Amino acid sequence: MPKKMTIERILVIGSGPIVIGQAAEFDYSGSQACQALKEEGYTVILANSNPATIMTDKTMADKIYMEPLTAEFLMKIVRKEQPDAILPTLGGQTALNLAVELEKSGILRKYQVELLGTPLNAIEKAEDREKFRALMHQLDEPVPDSQIVHSVEEAMDFASEIGYPVIVRPAYTLGGTGGGMCHDESELKEIARNGLALSPVNQCLIEKNIAGFKEIEYEVMRDRHDQAIVVCNMENIDPVGIHTGDSAVVAPSQTLSDREYQLLRNASLKIIRSLDIEGGCNVQLALDPDSFSYYVIEVNPRVSRSSALASKATGYPIAKVAAKIAVGLTLDEIVNPITGTTYACFEPALDYVVTKIPRFPFDKFVNGNRYLGTQMKATGEVMAIGRSFEESLLKGIRSLDVGTEDVWLPGLADATVDELKSRLQKCDDERLFVLAEVFRRGMTVEDVFQLTKIDRFFLVKLQQIIDIEVWLSENKFNPEVLKEAKGLGLSDVHIARVWETSADDVYTLRLKHAITPVYKMVDTCAAEFASETPYFYSTYEDEQESVQSDRKKILVLGSGPIRIGQGIEFDYATVHSVLAIKEMGYEAIIMNNNPETVSTDFSISDKLYFEPLTLEDVMHVTNLEQPEGVIVQFGGQTAINLAEGLERRGVNILGTDLEAIDKAENRDQFEQLLNNLNLLRPKGKTVLKLEQAEEAAHQIGYPVLVRPSYVIGGSRMEIVYDDDELHNYLAKSNGADSAHPILVDQYMTGIEVEIDAISDGETVIVPGIMEHIERSGVHSGDSIAVYPPKRLSDLIKQKCMDATYKISRKLNVKGLINIQFIIRHDDVYVLEVNPRASRTIPFLSKITGMTMANLATRCILGETLKDMGYESGILPEVDTVSVKVPVFSFEKLRSVDTILGPEMKSTGEAIGHDKTLEKALYKGLTAAGLSVPQKGAVLLTVADKDKQETVEVAERFHQLGFQLYATEGTAAFMDKAGIPVTAVAKIGSFERNVLTIIENGDVQFVVNTLTSGRKPRSDGFRIRREAVEHGIACVTNLDTAKAILNVIDSTTFSAKPMIKRRAILS
Amino acid sequence: MIERQLILEDGTVFTGKGFGAETSAAGEVVFNTGMTGYQEVITDPSYCGQIVAMTYPLIGNYGINRDDFETVTPFIHGLIVKESSEFPSNFRSDETLHDYLKANGVPGIYGIDTRKLTKIIRKHGTMKAIIIDVGKPVDELIENVKKLPDQMDQVKQTSTVNPYVVPGRGMRIVLVDFGMKHGILRELTKRDCHVTVVPYNYSAEKLLRLKPDGIMLTNGPGDPKNVPESIEMVKTVLGQIPLFGICLGHQLLALACDADTEKMTFGHRGVNHPVKDLEKNKTFMTSQNHSYAVTHKSLRRTDLALTQFALNDNTVEGIRHKTHPAFSVQYHPESSPGPEDTPQLFDEFLQMILETRQKENVYA
Repeated sequence: MPKKMTIERILVIGSGPIVIGQAAEFDYSGSQACQALKEEGYTVILANSNPATIMTDKTMADKIYMEPLTAEFLMKIVRKEQPDAILPTLGGQTALNLAVELEKSGILRKYQVELLGTPLNAIEKAEDREKFRALMHQLDEPVPDSQIVHSVEEAMDFASEIGYPVIVRPAYTLGGTGGGMCHDESELKEIARNGLALSPVNQCLIEKNIAGFKEIEYEVMRDRHDQAIVVCNMENIDPVGIHTGDSAVVAPSQTLSDREYQLLRNASLKIIRSLDIEGGCNVQLALDPDSFSYYVIEVNPRVSRSSALASKATGYPIAKVAAKIAVGLTLDEIVNPITGTTYACFEPALDYVVTKIPRFPFDKFVNGNRYLGTQMKATGEVMAIGRSFEESLLKGIRSLDVGTEDVWLPGLADATVDELKSRLQKCDDERLFVLAEVFRRGMTVEDVFQLTKIDRFFLVKLQQIIDIEVWLSENKFNPEVLKEAKGLGLSDVHIARVWETSADDVYTLRLKHAITPVYKMVDTCAAEFASETPYFYSTYEDEQESVQSDRKKILVLGSGPIRIGQGIEFDYATVHSVLAIKEMGYEAIIMNNNPETVSTDFSISDKLYFEPLTLEDVMHVTNLEQPEGVIVQFGGQTAINLAEGLERRGVNILGTDLEAIDKAENRDQFEQLLNNLNLLRPKGKTVLKLEQAEEAAHQIGYPVLVRPSYVIGGSRMEIVYDDDELHNYLAKSNGADSAHPILVDQYMTGIEVEIDAISDGETVIVPGIMEHIERSGVHSGDSIAVYPPKRLSDLIKQKCMDATYKISRKLNVKGLINIQFIIRHDDVYVLEVNPRASRTIPFLSKITGMTMANLATRCILGETLKDMGYESGILPEVDTVSVKVPVFSFEKLRSVDTILGPEMKSTGEAIGHDKTLEKALYKGLTAAGLSVPQKGAVLLTVADKDKQETVEVAERFHQLGFQLYATEGTAAFMDKAGIPVTAVAKIGSFERNVLTIIENGDVQFVVNTLTSGRKPRSDGFRIRREAVEHGIACVTNLDTAKAILNVIDSTTFSAKPMIKRRAILS
Repeated sequence: MIERQLILEDGTVFTGKGFGAETSAAGEVVFNTGMTGYQEVITDPSYCGQIVAMTYPLIGNYGINRDDFETVTPFIHGLIVKESSEFPSNFRSDETLHDYLKANGVPGIYGIDTRKLTKIIRKHGTMKAIIIDVGKPVDELIENVKKLPDQMDQVKQTSTVNPYVVPGRGMRIVLVDFGMKHGILRELTKRDCHVTVVPYNYSAEKLLRLKPDGIMLTNGPGDPKNVPESIEMVKTVLGQIPLFGICLGHQLLALACDADTEKMTFGHRGVNHPVKDLEKNKTFMTSQNHSYAVTHKSLRRTDLALTQFALNDNTVEGIRHKTHPAFSVQYHPESSPGPEDTPQLFDEFLQMILETRQKENVYA
């Protein structure tokens, strides 16, 4: 069928900021969709509030609106653009929910906008628990016993009827937010209450527990001709009970016979047909391991995280095909871009095993609740491809970048078997490592199976990995055994641990015996048809399929899995670097392991190696490709950390010298650098022993900032106010040594300013200066950034610029550099220098119109900015204002403190852009999902040190007509200042207390600052968690509160009495 | 495990490890791209005389069970896999792949670069080969492989020797067994047919004496031209009894109607082959296993209409007689293994029988 000619202009809705459950996969699907629609000649209008995405690049769509993704703003866009159609199936749950809202508002009918992809009733049938169950009954497809409830009481009644454990699934929430498994009444009470609060329709499903069933997913596609196919099926290693986003997953399924495979395939196709979906759909099923009985768990009537994974796992571009189907093309007329000769109407055949492993944020949230359940907690994921399950799994593990390249964690070696067993039973984020450890302790497959219900197939494989460890240890430096171990996917680091030697030695031994991998192609068809796809993975076999061209090549290292502190921004920069390299006529080769991203779309680069980002794996690629050099500065800390090893092994690192990177990251060298340049910095010391820390702190004077050196996103960084807190911190850290010193710095308050510059070592250009709303002390990634700055004098700006020039030239920076400053009494202090791409690159590139990563790449490859027509300086400031607002995923991470500090906690960001700062902030906050209250009540509960400052905040809320509540201390203080405030009792008292007013929805806004240091489970912590759990904005920084007040002030009218005449006269 | 080699007639040698039976074997090497369904593939008689390479690297994961056989004893000569699972995991698993092959005298080889092998076959076409334990001089073995004779009698090997009945209360169907997969029989009995399975060389006269409502020509191994007697039989019954052919049966219908067949470079073997049905104007996923195909051009001067073709390479996948009640498909609507997108063809066959009967009643 030909494409639809009745439509011309299509509005594509993106997924907005990155949160847990909705990450980079929708940038990948959205970009593919926009390109596919443009390819077909349509005019594409895009709405997305996430500036860190490739899809919001000017080349991706004809018109881009970076406005908040709310029905209100989308309606404005619809009125203005009058699109003929709207495509919401590629922007995750966010876009789908918005489509429902728009349809209900009547605007689509009014402007005759056609909804493409998934019909509205299908969205409802799939999302609304009741309708979904009805549909399944109608199709005669089994669903677990369940009941829709609208109250906690109903939930309790039903649970006592079917028996515990039960699963709570809230309706219309992302990534299973608010859901969970409940083993008893008290758990159910808590989870159901939370789930009901988070569901926009106050609806939850209480479901019979089918934990222990195999969890199987099918990615299916259908066109308007009712042709339907399965792109890929996947098997979760963890059985039902753990969210699929938090499970290790393999593709294709490993333990299903053809009969089981077809049984579930038939069910999936029947469902997509009955929903009339034109595009992609994900069906999750639970299969009894002991019979053919199965249940349909969930249907996502849209492109999902799993479809991004399926696309990368098979090579089949689901989003692209889904977009083409949405405009009326059919599967049998869309060409399979991998082969170029066959059609999209087929089911990919894999000749390898794919493993996906989730990446959790608990390296950051050490106090978070690490148990896994039906609510997703992972921030990102890695994928690995191998010719055996073991190889694929082990490659996945070393892609995680969690400080081990081995299925072994040092911390587990000390645990007792009983401890390990109990961890297996409860199951947490380190599950795979715990499994390996129990096999090392000699537990049997059967015992482990009883505890975990993980299919014996996978357990046997894990046990075999441990067996080979034993065999290795008995045959040290034996090349035959080494070859066998490499074939099973063990890393050099892994083997080196077992052999008690260095990875370099293992590497040398391997090279001596020519034990090196070959690369195989991902081609969708198991080599049945000739393919030209430049998409490869390594394995230890015979035939080398990756053929080298005689062009000059550049290898770019990606940033691996999305985690807190290293998000999609780095993928954005990586992609632009790759595009620049291609423009310059080189062959651009990329290595990365994140299936969600645009950079791992094989059509972006000239060659894609889907591989772990470790020294070993990068060396294999450089040995084969012999590139001119490797670019590490766009891949975040992951890539930077590889630079030293690569250089040691003779690889040319392009761009800024390693030495310069060291100068910026090594505290002593950094201090010397700044001294030489006559630049100020907060006092600081590096200590190698814990005892020295106290001495250093005393010399500098409290409060001090303590952290380990070489960190991502302020990992394990704290502000401590006295000796006690310092000792607390040190007790928690794993110790310091010469390789991992601890840094103690003066904590200095002031305005925080950030600059990203492009340098060729001589000319330095600054697209713009950004100012943070929050004073120093809050991690830059968690602060609201404003461009252009509003509080900086020209003198200060010039000082910052001068410092940037000096540092860039001194370090001979080739490429990007990010510098953070603190402004205090007209003095500019240099806080931090990062000679690499930072997370503000996409934001700044978009608001200034300068493709920074492109220019930086040109500098890295030897072009000069002068030759490109630039001279040192800053771009003229624009007269609009843009803000970058952080987005958090706290509602998904139980027991994580929401207080902002030096350690980064946000998972994503949103942009707000308008004529004034207040308007921009309003949009930014709205886009970030924070609802700015226009009226109502505010709860104030602040630390003593902040009370004086809070008076102003309280007064302004009062003037704007807000009712004020405060805890006793704060209330007394406000009272003294003459501000009317209602005091509420402390936590625990039976009367109306600070928690109950949040619980009952009496307040719409909470201002809470940290008492001192960090004591988990303090009252403040409970207040903050309570607010998050009830979806109430809780601000932990007075600067943020003031900014929000400005926004409220500019969008509401306050009632003020006329000033009395007498008052003026007297 | 013992070292074992796969030696191709073009001189390529793969060295891996042996499993299954401790014997050597010769045959034609073909590859199958299915990711599930190895048990059905191993026991599909159409692979008679062939050494099958599975492109999916992990084979044997769910073991061998008592349900999923397509024939009582396997006819494949050898099996090539990247990895053969020693510890299968599935509630129906009775034994390992290794144990099954060993018990049935089929040698296997594992631990070789099966993707490299697949690419060789894709480029150079199916090849003769042997699987043999390491030991004998390779050059000598290559010469032996080159001298291997073409097999002609696979249908005879796989067909039943004596007719037998699978009783039912519905339509009376005669199933001519050229190396039948049990799946075909299963689809008929599921529809309550009374099935009489007869040998491939059963004469038309004897067949007609059974007074069937319909005749089914099954799948089977090898070149359809190796069974001229069956072609003659089809010619005779065509027009008298409604007829439905699958795979080899499809090729025989074509030959009986004076169309031609040809050997393909490496055939179609897998469970993901898109076939466009021109009558339904829809594409279906099909399960396939064939080295030979009906020549597209040869249909022109016959009474056969092209009804289905392979979306990717235009291979003839379905034909229908323009005047007589007879149709056939190259692929396997009974699946097992593979997608169950087209079982309705069996219903259409039974429907065709009913319609033919009605017509006869009208004109009688």
